[in-house]
Amino acid sequence: MNKSLTTAMLMVSVCATAACSRQAPEELPAAPTTTTAATPTPSVAPTTSVAGPGTQEHFRNAVGQSTVVYFDTDRFNIDSSDAAALQAQAQYFAQYPSLTFTVEGHTDERGTREYNLALGERRANAAKNYLVSLGVSADRITTLSYGKERPTALASTAEAWAQNRRAASVLIN
Amino acid sequence: MKSTMKFSRLAIALVSASISYSALAQNTDLGEPVAEGGDVEAADVAGSDEEDDGGLVFTVTDDTDYSDVGIAIPAFATDRDQPTPANSGGTGALGQEVARVITANLRNNGLFKPTGPDSLPSPRFQQITAPSWSTWGSRGAEMLVQGYVTARADGKLVVGCYLYDVALQDELIRDGWVVRPADWRRAAHKCSDLIYARLTGESPFFDSRIAYIAETGPKDNRVKRLAVMDSDGANHRFLTLGSATALTPRYSPDYSKILYLSYVDGNPRIYVYDIGRGSQTLVTENKSPTLAPRWSPDGQHILFSMAVNGNTDIYRVPVTGGRITRLTDTPGIDIGGSYSPDGSKIVFESDRSGTQQCYVMNADGSNQRRITFFGGRCATPEWSPRGDQIAFTRIAGDFNVAVMSPNGRNLRVLTNGWQDEAPTWAPNGRIIQFFRTSRNSGKSNLWQVDLTGQNERRLPTPVDASDPAWGPIRP
Repeated sequence: MNKSLTTAMLMVSVCATAACSRQAPEELPAAPTTTTAATPTPSVAPTTSVAGPGTQEHFRNAVGQSTVVYFDTDRFNIDSSDAAALQAQAQYFAQYPSLTFTVEGHTDERGTREYNLALGERRANAAKNYLVSLGVSADRITTLSYGKERPTALASTAEAWAQNRRAASVLIN
Repeated sequence: MKSTMKFSRLAIALVSASISYSALAQNTDLGEPVAEGGDVEAADVAGSDEEDDGGLVFTVTDDTDYSDVGIAIPAFATDRDQPTPANSGGTGALGQEVARVITANLRNNGLFKPTGPDSLPSPRFQQITAPSWSTWGSRGAEMLVQGYVTARADGKLVVGCYLYDVALQDELIRDGWVVRPADWRRAAHKCSDLIYARLTGESPFFDSRIAYIAETGPKDNRVKRLAVMDSDGANHRFLTLGSATALTPRYSPDYSKILYLSYVDGNPRIYVYDIGRGSQTLVTENKSPTLAPRWSPDGQHILFSMAVNGNTDIYRVPVTGGRITRLTDTPGIDIGGSYSPDGSKIVFESDRSGTQQCYVMNADGSNQRRITFFGGRCATPEWSPRGDQIAFTRIAGDFNVAVMSPNGRNLRVLTNGWQDEAPTWAPNGRIIQFFRTSRNSGKSNLWQVDLTGQNERRLPTPVDASDPAWGPIRP
């Protein structure tokens, strides 16, 4: 009970500073300790109504596209749209303070392999540092670089590369 | 070796439970250990009566001169056809195979115009040291390679190799080797090296191996396995199973170990894989990602990059473990170091100026200076084993393999693919391998090109391939 009260208070404070009325959930999510029975894993086909906190699906349902932030070519700075997405993430992680997660850093294919591994790590850390600045405890966040090894968009086009230059937050189950 | 074991025993003693568990866990992606080949011993070979004058037959100014030289390579003879584990057809059939391997070596590398045993008469054993000059003269061959294969009582094979100048009717050079039957191809490579070195004046390179990454599966979920093969693609082995992504291997100078990056514990980390034992250890116990492993030329140190809080620098650690030394400390990504052959300098890439450029520093990290100013970007620099050139990935629109002098001057672009990446040098510094990625499909293959940029060819591999790393010449 104490926990959900804290969560609610945190939400209010984040909203107050981040002008996020549009992003405020219309109904409060269930408290972190809900049914222990058969929580669907993220690999199960989307059944949005039953995904509980602690699942990637629940996280995605809560923040939408904001689980991922995108970067310009060879850059790792957090721009205004990244900042908005990371604020939505910070809000979510404030709501569920027991959750830990990994920020996965990725690059497009137009770079050399080793440099891209380092660049992905840099992007993951940029996102992590921004989340920490928003109040998410650093010890809840691990970083992991895949460089150019795990593209989501498969074409060799500017559009595909833009989708692959990303830092994706993934819950640790 | 001894001190490595001592070190790991010490580590186990210190943190018994966690280390021994992780030691098991980090081996989960490894295949069965590979039986390594035996030594190649020198063998005395009988010669013809002529003395070897030791001089070059003609002056080599560039690769196009000797690429027109016709070389006849008939089947190697045997004194009597004996069974051998190396060939179900016995030593006679093996002699044919040896000549085929030599022919393929010389042809595939754009060197000379070899004619192989399948379209030539087979000399008798007695003719190996006394060639039938009239036969070869009438065929228009300028050079003649003859040899023999015999089985010793202990089962080992003796392979003799002779190079003759047909016009001069003169023996130019000869040599011989004793090998285990399983290593018969090494004798063919040694013979190829003897011919190549004698005719070009260059150092040998055929008797060497290549570590690389074998790739299968869709572009968004590639399976990447550590693999090794001979310089001609034979004796191919997968060393990891593919459950963990493996990247960027490097053979140790003595071929006993391979440094590579694996995600076996979920994170990118460099491991030292011991080929004979079939097990691996972390290059350094650390929470941070370790990347871009390289050996020092003497095999005593490992150069690597480590990303701490997103900032990547280059470090050095003794191969036996122990304290790591940080060599760069600028904000940004410093990665991909490569030692000069004398071990005194390191070329590496850094984006400290805003984009990837190549820099040279002393081996202790002092005197760091940028060497590339050509307008594009410089990545993955690799110092030639001869010391006279640095190969790198030139990024200027497309990705190409290029070479330059160690001071950054005399840049020459050797390839023109859409994405040619990660050059690695042949042991003699005359040929470069790299991998070429196809646009859209993302499929990659190994290619090689010589320093003229003219002789470019794809290396056959069982599946797609990337990250080639050419090892040194074998003793």
